[in-house]
Amino acid sequence: MALNTDAVGKTYPPVAYAVGREKVREFASAVGEENALHHDPGAAREAGYADVVAPPMFAVVYSGRALTPALFDPDVGIDFARMVHGGQEFVWGPPVVAGDEIATEVEVKDVAERGGLAFYVFESRSTNQDGETVCTGTWTNIVR
Amino acid sequence: MSELAPGQALPELRVTPDKYLTYRYAGASGDFNPIHIDEEFAQSVGLPGRILHGLWMMAQVARAVQTAGDGPDALRSLSVQFRGMGFPEQEIAVSATVTEVADGVATVEAEAVQDGRRIIRKGRAELKVG
Repeated sequence: MALNTDAVGKTYPPVAYAVGREKVREFASAVGEENALHHDPGAAREAGYADVVAPPMFAVVYSGRALTPALFDPDVGIDFARMVHGGQEFVWGPPVVAGDEIATEVEVKDVAERGGLAFYVFESRSTNQDGETVCTGTWTNIVR
Repeated sequence: MSELAPGQALPELRVTPDKYLTYRYAGASGDFNPIHIDEEFAQSVGLPGRILHGLWMMAQVARAVQTAGDGPDALRSLSVQFRGMGFPEQEIAVSATVTEVADGVATVEAEAVQDGRRIIRKGRAELKVG
């Protein structure tokens, strides 16, 4: 397998995401997060948040869409029919609440061959409207 | 939970994704990969049937480890490796153990098992505590 590593270091334009209250509730319900802070704006305000709080894994929603251009980039050259999601890491900063405006930038961190498998590692960095990093994601995709 | 100690097991989380979960999660997450929502497509690429989204399974690990922390922004980091496939309508058990508590941060290791298969391994989380 001749693996093209030229795309390592490539970055993509930021992708904007506006966090909506109903989307936070919908996501929280889909993953089983029942804490009232994810569902009830009144409870969230009482606890000191501006609106409902996104569960940590909501990072999938605001940063995942920024991955798409990289995953489909011919310069990266992923063979989708053989791709599996091998691993995932998220590091979170300040909480994300409904009303936030998140911008996510993606970089190709690594392309490498190990044991006959191709590893494609992407990093996403998501920043809120105050310039705070709310989440850094490391996405490892393996092509068999 | 305020007196976490290394070696302590967190309450096991058991969850059975229902038949339609992958459709709801696809809509909620925006991940409409047909291997999760199209039985025929999944079988056409050699899978036994529709499989769960790995990131939904990771969200169950997140829920399990969050019981060690205090509130919805206690979770500082979570990393996992996906191994094997998860399927709807089969119970998943997430187990988690505290490995270290230092400077207000607890480190927790976790894995998820379905029908005897480890579908998530090497789960590692850091949470703010106390």
